[in-house]
Amino acid sequence: MKRHFFLIGALIAVFAFFWPAGASAQGSTPSDDDVNRIARELYCPVCENTPLDVCPTQACAEWREQIRLMLAEGKTDAEIKQYFVDYYGARVLAEPPRQGFNWLAYLVPPVLIALGAFVLVRALRDWVKPGVTEAGTGESEPPADSAESDEYIQRLAEELQKRR
Amino acid sequence: MSVQQQKQGVPLWAQILIWLSITGLLVLVGLGLIRAQRPMVSVGSLAPDFSLTLFDGYTLDGASSLKLSDLRGKVVVINFWASWCKPCEQEAATLEAAWRLYQPAGEVVFLGIAWTDTEPKSKAFLKRFGITYPNGPDLGTRISQLYNRNLGVPETYFIGRDGTIKHIQIGPFASVSQIQALIDRLLAE
Repeated sequence: MKRHFFLIGALIAVFAFFWPAGASAQGSTPSDDDVNRIARELYCPVCENTPLDVCPTQACAEWREQIRLMLAEGKTDAEIKQYFVDYYGARVLAEPPRQGFNWLAYLVPPVLIALGAFVLVRALRDWVKPGVTEAGTGESEPPADSAESDEYIQRLAEELQKRR
Repeated sequence: MSVQQQKQGVPLWAQILIWLSITGLLVLVGLGLIRAQRPMVSVGSLAPDFSLTLFDGYTLDGASSLKLSDLRGKVVVINFWASWCKPCEQEAATLEAAWRLYQPAGEVVFLGIAWTDTEPKSKAFLKRFGITYPNGPDLGTRISQLYNRNLGVPETYFIGRDGTIKHIQIGPFASVSQIQALIDRLLAE
């Protein structure tokens, strides 16, 4: 019996917690955080390179007000962003839409990074395992792992060992 | 016999690819910069054509939208403005007064284009200053991009009967007579 009371109590607590928020979602004024959640993904053409959520101009303040108005009307984030794209163009989006020429913005950086990594790996590999050349003559040298070279290295190692 | 390291270079195909990528990227950046800095319209050039959907309650010859090229043969005054722009407030009444002077003859058309403005604020601005000439939003900022308008608002373009740009006014008008002088010169041509 006690357990039932506990369950009912818990249910009432859950309803009490969520009910006011659900009831006021339609009518209440959206908070600054709600507005900024969308605003930070938009840029006003008046002040390029400044996200809408931190832009101090009057134009941007009016845009944020428009977002607040649309949130209060029950519009979703996607609907609001689409409104801004329709009204001001795709240039207002922080993340350009993945279509046409915009694909370059998504493809070029990873390709360049991959290319750079490839070159770096190659350069490091060559650096770690260098070949040997004879200075001055320009002629090709015997490879580093040749008998002569090995003998020389072995003698050098032995000499060093003796000196320790 | 001295010994030195032999550097085994990046393969030729990789070098070509890298240089091609860098060149391509530089060309793209260069083209972008040229495009951004080049004035797309200037006095004497043909005014780029555009369509304008007017705000509710505004019409031109009974239509709620218009095309600039359909106005060929008339002097057209295109004013870019925004409700958040203080100089636009200064000149709003002046423009309206000038419009009322020329409206009856039908030889001059004034067009107001709200730039990066929100619709409720634009409408409030028009109502506040009693603007009656056709006005509409720059949807998608397509018109302002055609005119390379990145300097700010207000800006006004005077287009002659032949469709070419005759004068560009940067900043607000000081008086109705200033506008009159410009329009009368174009009407006389």
